[in-house]
Amino acid sequence: MAVIEKIPAANLIAKIPGGGIFLTTSESVLKWGKASSLWPLTFGLACCAIEMIATGAAEFDIDRFGAGVFRASPRQCDVLIVAGTICNKMGDCIRRLYAQMPEPKYVIAMGNCAISGGIFYYDTYSVVKGVGSLGIEVDVFIPGCPPRPENLLFGLMKLQEKIRNEKNAAK
Amino acid sequence: MQPSEISGIIKARFAKAQDSAAGDIIVPGEILLDVARYLRNPPLAFDNLHCITAIDRKDKVELVYTLYSICGHHGLTLRVYLTQGDLNVDSLSEIWKSADWLEREVYDLFGIIFKGHPDLRRILNPYDWKGHPLRKDYSSPAIVAKPKL
Repeated sequence: MAVIEKIPAANLIAKIPGGGIFLTTSESVLKWGKASSLWPLTFGLACCAIEMIATGAAEFDIDRFGAGVFRASPRQCDVLIVAGTICNKMGDCIRRLYAQMPEPKYVIAMGNCAISGGIFYYDTYSVVKGVGSLGIEVDVFIPGCPPRPENLLFGLMKLQEKIRNEKNAAK
Repeated sequence: MQPSEISGIIKARFAKAQDSAAGDIIVPGEILLDVARYLRNPPLAFDNLHCITAIDRKDKVELVYTLYSICGHHGLTLRVYLTQGDLNVDSLSEIWKSADWLEREVYDLFGIIFKGHPDLRRILNPYDWKGHPLRKDYSSPAIVAKPKL
């Protein structure tokens, strides 16, 4: 199998037969690049963060998908993985971190708490009912309590798929 | 030291101290500071204040102090009953440094005022929070009641 067929965006690329030249559009290359270098923010909130850390370690190795470069500053990040229960006090912090991320930016809500509040939905005074209620648009929801590393990797692949199918990648 | 010995020593020193059914010592709020000073020093030497918490019993609020003596390997649970209308008690932060943050937590969640505390402000909830969430009469529009199944 030729090298070109192994890459996920192979269907976006046309090869000239017999030659070392291939044709594509700049938009396809841009999408491919964006999807293959998602840098997440080093940001964990609860037990889901432990699963996220495991996903980053050798056993599951999120680096295989180009998303292993966890950055310590939101200004260098493409994706915010909201991993865990969001308290009211932390809600403001998440809003601020999200606002500091440069466009284009994506959000993964990892685990039931980040989706809706999860087990803390009823009878609690201090837990935010999901990232959505903070006014942050979520791209991929990963259910689970907590989701296994495979689930996070699957969510990441879904996000990559979404990026590759974007209508206007250069916005 | 056995719990019965500890309670005997305290009751001999303070006539107003009582045993509870659970084997704890109940003291009235007005002598709490004196009792605490006495407990801090030998012979009982409770050098560690583990925890301060409260229980809202609707008619009264129960303050619970968990003490431990690292040098003597003995423990004690001290209780103070406060009436709902008058939730004031003396701060123990001068006697045990750990009381500073523990009292802030109890103030934050139960609204008990610790007189003489150096910095009595909220510690867990945001500073602009309204009310004290672990009180039985607390309500907030953000709370969604669990449906009865």
